[in-house]
Amino acid sequence: MRTKLLILAAAFAPVAAFAAGGGAHLDPANADVTNKASLQRGAANFVNYCLGCHSAQYVRYNRMAADLGLSEQQLIDNLMFTTDSPHQTMRIGIKAEDAKRWFGVVPPDLSLIARSRGADYVYTFLRSFYADPAKASGWNNTVLPGTAMPHVLWELQGIQEAVWAGEPDAAGDVRHEFKEFRIATPGKMTVEEYDAFVRDTVNFLVYIGEPAQLQRRALGVPVIAFLVFFTLLAYALKKEYWKDVK
Amino acid sequence: MGSTSQTAKAGGGRLAALTTWIDDRFPMTKMWKEQVSEYYAPKNMNFWYFFGSLALLVMVIQIVTGIFLTMNYKPAAADAFGSVEYIMRDVEWGWLIRYMHSTGASAFFVVVYLHMFRALLYGSYQKPRELLWIFGMLIYFVLMGLAFFGYLLPWGNMSYWGAQVIVSLFGAVPVVGDSLMEWIRGDYYISDITLNRFFALHVIALPLVLVFLVIAHLIALHEVGSNNPDGVEIKKVKGPDGIPLDGIPFHPYYTVKDIVGVGVFLIIFSLVIFYAPTMGGLFLEAPNFDPANPLQTPAHIAPVWYFTPFYAILRAVPSKSMGALLMGAAVVLFVFLPWLDRGKVKSIRYRGPLFKFFLFSFAISFVVLGWLGLQPATPLFTNMARFFSVVYFAFFLLMPWYSSIDKTKPVPTRVTYHAH
Repeated sequence: MRTKLLILAAAFAPVAAFAAGGGAHLDPANADVTNKASLQRGAANFVNYCLGCHSAQYVRYNRMAADLGLSEQQLIDNLMFTTDSPHQTMRIGIKAEDAKRWFGVVPPDLSLIARSRGADYVYTFLRSFYADPAKASGWNNTVLPGTAMPHVLWELQGIQEAVWAGEPDAAGDVRHEFKEFRIATPGKMTVEEYDAFVRDTVNFLVYIGEPAQLQRRALGVPVIAFLVFFTLLAYALKKEYWKDVK
Repeated sequence: MGSTSQTAKAGGGRLAALTTWIDDRFPMTKMWKEQVSEYYAPKNMNFWYFFGSLALLVMVIQIVTGIFLTMNYKPAAADAFGSVEYIMRDVEWGWLIRYMHSTGASAFFVVVYLHMFRALLYGSYQKPRELLWIFGMLIYFVLMGLAFFGYLLPWGNMSYWGAQVIVSLFGAVPVVGDSLMEWIRGDYYISDITLNRFFALHVIALPLVLVFLVIAHLIALHEVGSNNPDGVEIKKVKGPDGIPLDGIPFHPYYTVKDIVGVGVFLIIFSLVIFYAPTMGGLFLEAPNFDPANPLQTPAHIAPVWYFTPFYAILRAVPSKSMGALLMGAAVVLFVFLPWLDRGKVKSIRYRGPLFKFFLFSFAISFVVLGWLGLQPATPLFTNMARFFSVVYFAFFLLMPWYSSIDKTKPVPTRVTYHAH
């Protein structure tokens, strides 16, 4: 038994190292869906910059407005630029075949992107575009190398260049290992402002991934409080009955 | 406590009249007495005995939430994924119903695995409970089928590829493998047709079989009587009234006790539903929030946690057909436990060191294999899976040997019980 435990311990030792490695390093998004101001800013960012190409086909405008503390008029004035009615979902006008011709892929629906990829992934992805003349769009991304998506937020962030560690090889290729980004051309925002902008947007994506999460966490408290009370009562009842059992 | 018969005698009221009217036509009071109020259970049943009633509770939760899900779910490849999101977003309380069902699936396996482990601890599969055990194992097989068919229904990308991998296991069957796969899918690949038939199997065929098997399991249990942590047959020592001296009526003693278990279970269940419904990707996997895409394989395909011990065994074997065979054996071997076990005592309390060693190595190997099944198959992990697969099978295959030569302790004639 003891040797077995030792084998087990030895076998588990390298696991921590494995878990830490693998894939691009992701920065924490620190999404907080209880921050309504952030969600409202994120919603504005989303409809201004994302909704042109990406749909959020499961997200209903008026439900979103209600969850974000907006009136229907505020919704129509600030977040709806199409002729859609507030009870419709966030669909887009681009036909799939057109999108495929323009970008090579159909831009994915973003309703669940924060659930399937994780908030940190999206947060890091949107901050990891860099200029790459070798690409048709002129852009590349360290989180998803070769992505078909151009850097639609470049005016805000500015133009980043990737700095690679390592010497150029015979083919002049220096892309051995990514080291850091350098802002080549500043944008309208500082780095901090841009990070906050992306954080709000990701926060909104986390919210639309599961709109019920606000109600879910709130409802858990009374339900569990009741169950604790119920269980204590049941335990007292059980003790009372079991007094007879000798 | 006012039993039905006393109420009837004291009554003359309308309820008593109704009871008599029914009893003249249907054995209601008789069944209640036989199965509940005069079913004598050992008084020393401990913590491990909560999981049977909890499994019953989870079954009811799954059936009820399942019915409500069916009202809004659309079993078609084009609509399934969207209809699940519709339930999650637009259906009143849909998110709660869906999370109860998805968490319930995992909870079902948690309580059933603990229920089965209880049987291993206390020898509950031994004579005269062999058939009870076999009904239980059949329930477990049906549960695996339900979980597998149900997992395809959300039509996420992991649903799709998970089904692809599991169906392809049937391709390992010699000669008829390919036709068998085609027959299961109803198509050349996992398609709308497959989804439609899996839906039928998930919502009606297997639940019906499950309910019948659960009834058979309970009838068999009440025929032979419950085992207990001492592995003592309480029916051997009866009082002058013919009631086992160590037995107490199931109702009210175990009904009130089981309700405490229900309370604790529901607290944990609610913590998951309200605060960790995906359980960090264990109960709802992240790739399953992408719709099924036959052209894009998820980076890492793993079944849901309750299948991963067997999946690890499958991957540990280099040959696919051999791996599938061993994986099947890992599940089916449980059925033969009553005949593999040559021990003279039932309970772990009176077993010798050999049985204890093999049982706990088995438990550890089950957990480690389950963990390994979730990891990518690196050479180190594959070798670990091989080692623990051997440990897993040793528990079953060496059992006739170690259980017969083990030094057991004397078993008391009465159960050990300290009144509290």
